[in-house]
Amino acid sequence: MGILEVKGVNKRFGGLQALGDVNLSIKENTVHAIIGPNGAGKSTLLNCLVGKLIPDSGSVMFDGQSVLGRKPHEINQMGISRVFQTPEIFADLTVLENVMIPCFARRDGAFRLHAYETVRKETGIREQAEEMLADVNMLDKRGMTASSLSRGDKRRLEMAMCLVQKPKLLLLDEPTAGMARADTNNTIDLLKEIKSKRDITMAIIEHDMHVVFSLAERITVLAQGTPLVEETPENIKGHPKVREAYLGEAQV
Amino acid sequence: MLGLERRDTLLLIAVAVITLFAPIILNPFPTGSALAQFNAGYPDLMQRFVIFGIFAIGFNILFGLTGYLSFGHAAFLGIGSYSAVWMFKLLSMNVLPAILLSVIMAGLFALVIGFVSLRRSGIYFSILTLAFAQMSYNLAYSVLTPITNGETGLQLTLSDPRILDGASTGGLPVTSLFGAEMRDTTTLFVGPWSWDFSVGYYFCAVLLLVAFYISVRIFRSPFGMMLRAVKSNQQRMNYTGLNTRPYTLAAFVISGMYAGLAGGLLAAMDPLAGADRMQWTASGEVVLMTILGGAGTLIGPVLGAGFIKYFENIFSKINDGILHQWFAFMPDGLENVIVAVLHPFIGKGWHLTLGLMFMLVVIFLPGGLVEGAQRTGRLFRRRDRNADHMESDAARQRAAAE
Repeated sequence: MGILEVKGVNKRFGGLQALGDVNLSIKENTVHAIIGPNGAGKSTLLNCLVGKLIPDSGSVMFDGQSVLGRKPHEINQMGISRVFQTPEIFADLTVLENVMIPCFARRDGAFRLHAYETVRKETGIREQAEEMLADVNMLDKRGMTASSLSRGDKRRLEMAMCLVQKPKLLLLDEPTAGMARADTNNTIDLLKEIKSKRDITMAIIEHDMHVVFSLAERITVLAQGTPLVEETPENIKGHPKVREAYLGEAQV
Repeated sequence: MLGLERRDTLLLIAVAVITLFAPIILNPFPTGSALAQFNAGYPDLMQRFVIFGIFAIGFNILFGLTGYLSFGHAAFLGIGSYSAVWMFKLLSMNVLPAILLSVIMAGLFALVIGFVSLRRSGIYFSILTLAFAQMSYNLAYSVLTPITNGETGLQLTLSDPRILDGASTGGLPVTSLFGAEMRDTTTLFVGPWSWDFSVGYYFCAVLLLVAFYISVRIFRSPFGMMLRAVKSNQQRMNYTGLNTRPYTLAAFVISGMYAGLAGGLLAAMDPLAGADRMQWTASGEVVLMTILGGAGTLIGPVLGAGFIKYFENIFSKINDGILHQWFAFMPDGLENVIVAVLHPFIGKGWHLTLGLMFMLVVIFLPGGLVEGAQRTGRLFRRRDRNADHMESDAARQRAAAE
């Protein structure tokens, strides 16, 4: 039984069957990659997991509870954090504030009218955020406005914001999309480092085979809205079905 | 002090000192002098400065922090005024219960209007709030005449019950705070100057300080940080486990209550309420005040409110006759030309001047008057530093020469 169990999920947009009978099981403390050609339904599947889309049928169970019909912030409070294709951060706030906000969210829940408290006096939250920033080597940048960070640092910051919540599952939506090779390698190193320091389950949606084979322990190949195979990276490389559907066009 | 950082405490003290001495500061010109018309230190205008300052501070909590541009805040101002006048009619001429009801009623209306309007953001939110405010205006003007007295506006009458005060004897009663009448004014003459100290003004000023203090606390609280996060990235908020709706709604209700307080104070200073107070131009005015002063800054909205009210009341009073007096030293032909050129900008044309100034501020100082002050401050500091450099350079050269 995995931490995330997707069973028989269907999603249709008008005449297009975006997801057809998707079954997926992600085990605790593994890095699970979901790959597939363009239009395979990777993003649709991800959006069904985080509450942005509601599947037409099927079930999505996380940690023994259904996530269907819950709003994104409720699903996050259950323990699923998400990293976006382009880093989604609070650009107008400082780096430290960016990390303090998820700390508040974890302590106080989805809403609290703490209008008569003072941020300066929240030493516990501040320490927690600073510790996290030190962990991703960004403590020296804590006073900077997040919008002035380099792209790589924005990605780092977004990871820090997700990790400080101590999520049970971290979803990464093409974390290296549009990056130069050097940046891609940095991101891979960052993810490896994150993984080595703590027990965490990650699901990565990715295009770049290099990233997938560097990180993933399990790989699910999605084609035309349906999972073709689920295997270890070694077995995926030589799999004839996969080659046919997807890898035929890529050099591996 | 009071749970504030040092810088904020200093700001609060500065605001307190300025409001305390405003009757003197705003009357810098001797009464008989030609410049006396630029004096703004009369009670009626000072009360307006402070009341619209409160209105703008509240508006800034919504617009400055969350970025939601409400175009219907005058509705809450009007609701505050009507509530206060009803309290004067039914209960007592004491201003405290009146203001309390103003704040509560405005808060309730804000809860309902905000709940509906906040389902949308950006321009759609602005349009929804505008629609609600215009609805309120039209209701007050026509359908709700039994409550609002329609066109005439709600006024005190001799037949009002006033349960606590009893029937009035003689003329209409006046608003007061436990006996201290709001219209009471003491005039102090010092040489050629005269300064008016009015009870009403100081009552409003105390409430301004309280309102300002609460606003500083909100800005520095985790709640304030969440509101800034809403402005910055709602998507990230949701995926960080935070529900943005109650945060924005709370900000909307708080700013609505500020508007209600301002409306209640308007009625407390002059116990009548008309539908005009809810018109969309009044909603637009508070937007102008906030942007002109500096949206998202602590002191900006108060500055903007003071600035606009000063122009509205002082600039609009300058007429051609006064211009002719000023330029009397010039040859007649030139004098007439200059007066003709300036004519559209003064008197009833003060809106034109205000519009031009607003354009200049938005184009050159997007952060409003506060940014202007900061830039000026930085300029001086840099000059000081340059001077220091020069001195130390000179000292080094001297040392080297010896």
